[in-house]
Amino acid sequence: MIEDNGIVIAFWILSATTIACALMTAAVRELVQAVLFLALTFVGAAGIYICLSADFVAVAQILIYAGAVSVLMTFAVMLTPAADRHNSETIFQAPALVLSGLLLAVIVFVVLDTDWAISDAGAFQTTAASLGEAFLKPYVVPFEVASVLLMVAMIGAIVLTRELEEDDDA
Amino acid sequence: MHSPVLTLVLHLEEVLIVGAALFAIGLYVALSKRNAIGILMGIELMLNAVNITFLGFARMSVSEDPIQGHVFAVFVITVAAAEAAVALALAVAIYKHRETVNIDQIDLLRW
Repeated sequence: MIEDNGIVIAFWILSATTIACALMTAAVRELVQAVLFLALTFVGAAGIYICLSADFVAVAQILIYAGAVSVLMTFAVMLTPAADRHNSETIFQAPALVLSGLLLAVIVFVVLDTDWAISDAGAFQTTAASLGEAFLKPYVVPFEVASVLLMVAMIGAIVLTRELEEDDDA
Repeated sequence: MHSPVLTLVLHLEEVLIVGAALFAIGLYVALSKRNAIGILMGIELMLNAVNITFLGFARMSVSEDPIQGHVFAVFVITVAAAEAAVALALAVAIYKHRETVNIDQIDLLRW
């Protein structure tokens, strides 16, 4: 457990902000506003990561989620101008609400019922160096596979959105 | 060093419950939204919730090598970025053909 007043207060403020922004993502009726609230959620989650002394993951979160993914989503909304911008729900709204409520109840029950093995190791001093070592020693194969995955995804995205020049004879 | 009047404590359970709440919101968004980009937002919310859970365990639970949780969180972020790129490209590609990204109007495979 964490016994630092500042970190605990920061954690609860950030958690409240993050969950409120996530709820707003679900509630607002304008798709662009939903993307903006989602970006705020990502920033709040990065703050929570810092409270859990995960400095490298927090920076990666800001760079990739708050930076790249939010911009990508804004682009996707802007590139579909004639589509319905209303952030509405399908007929599955009520079942989805019930299902996610049930899931939350089950997880909370399990979390409170389990006797977790808590370590008293304390906060990480710094994680970047040990993460780099982990990526290049025991996890070098998954690391390379992730690189290939990113490249395949990039090529795939380009191929999917490419304008075909021989469209007229197709 | 002065002794603090009040010591606040953050338990693992509280971190896990925050992660679970975020995951439930993400699941609701992913299951209920009509717009494909809205559904993708729900999926990203769920991935973030899982990352909070991973990092909470890495920080507080007993482990031989606590950095493993961080390694997995970085992989989750990587795969989420790849997934977002491909999914948004798919949404734009569908929009070019159908002028919509509403999932209840994309029923090409329905007979």
